[in-house]
Amino acid sequence: MSQHSIEVTVNGEAVRAEVEARRTLGDFLRIDAGRTGLHLGCEHGVCGACTVMVDGLAVRSCLMLAVQANGRDVVTVEGLAHADGTLHPAQQAMKDEYGLQCGFCTPGIVMTLAALTADGARPTEAALRDALSGHLCRCTGYQGILRAARRLAQGTAA
Amino acid sequence: MKAAPFDYVVPDTIEEAVQHLADAAGDVSILAGGQTLMPLLALRMATPSLIVDINRIAALSGVSRAEGAVRIGATTRQAQILADPTVAAHAPGLTKATALVGHHQTRNRGTIGGSISLAEPAAEYPATALTLGAVIEARSARGVRRIAADDFFLGPYTTALEPEELVTAVHFPEWPAGTRLIVEEVARRPGDFALVGFVCALVVEGGRISRAGVGWFGMGPTPMRSRKAEQALTGQSATGLDLAGIAALAVSETDPMEDGHASAAYRRKVAGRIFQRTVGQALAEQRAA
Repeated sequence: MSQHSIEVTVNGEAVRAEVEARRTLGDFLRIDAGRTGLHLGCEHGVCGACTVMVDGLAVRSCLMLAVQANGRDVVTVEGLAHADGTLHPAQQAMKDEYGLQCGFCTPGIVMTLAALTADGARPTEAALRDALSGHLCRCTGYQGILRAARRLAQGTAA
Repeated sequence: MKAAPFDYVVPDTIEEAVQHLADAAGDVSILAGGQTLMPLLALRMATPSLIVDINRIAALSGVSRAEGAVRIGATTRQAQILADPTVAAHAPGLTKATALVGHHQTRNRGTIGGSISLAEPAAEYPATALTLGAVIEARSARGVRRIAADDFFLGPYTTALEPEELVTAVHFPEWPAGTRLIVEEVARRPGDFALVGFVCALVVEGGRISRAGVGWFGMGPTPMRSRKAEQALTGQSATGLDLAGIAALAVSETDPMEDGHASAAYRRKVAGRIFQRTVGQALAEQRAA
């Protein structure tokens, strides 16, 4: 069982830790980096709740080892809003369109939407639906989430 | 839902990686995209002593053209393949297949080498490789080996790879420009493994089918190829084809399983319908073109 010293940039801050090889990125972010905004649901790649951005791409943090994130740039939901509390457009769109109820799946969905629309990208309806199929939500019936995604993709979110 | 302990190494070169595989004598897992290995570890269905992470080996990633084929490096991410213009232009069947693989989030990590090595019978890549005549390139400490997809998939999750071999690339031969390509599947939810999946390539010259590839996923213990149907299609006029007859022949060459998701009879019925609908449509488009 090997131990590894890693340094990961999490929401712009360097986080150093000594981790077992088997530590997932999701567990590292919650336990070692204290970023509990990230939710672990199924822990085997089905639900999408634990989605984060690694080097700008939306990935499931339960399907990556922490040691694989060594030297990489990771953003969790805590890294989206401004310091003054102004929400990221993806968060604002989800709020405005009632895209959440219990909120368990929300951090993952917001990260996927933020990654898809980064740098002014305008994903198509098909691309939005395809990307959202990687998330399970048991509350909303998805309609509010889709409205939020469309609003965001049209660039009309606050 | 936590993996059992293991050791982890992350080599920089193929030579180092295959040396680790040779030394480990089978008690080892190769970590490429991890989109299947990580769940298997979490569920403790895989409990290797050592994990060899091949993600830092630059030589394993990328798309190039050589010897009439498009070569996809083993750790090329599915998202990269989906967006790659060389693949879209010269191996468009692979682009179509990739759009159906997993989810956006898993395609950002998942690789072609991982999917081919896993040999899930209901996955898109193995059947696409088989139908289009791909060749799998593998390395071990003893050298390079090229294995035709026809000889590669031996059973569920079982391939012709030796325990100390690493897939380094998959070569997709370029079919003629204008080849009609079909990759179609029926799954209960988007991103799930297919209940029935179909891959087909048709070359039509002067109103006749001059070459055909017909394959399936989710229709047997391995990806399946319907050689009799390929022969039956070849030489036929693209109009007035006995689609129902050839579909029945193609389905007769499969061996679908019976499980909680679908009966074998259901899979056969859906397969026949997919064949008739999509091949009919492809030939109609060909006539209109």
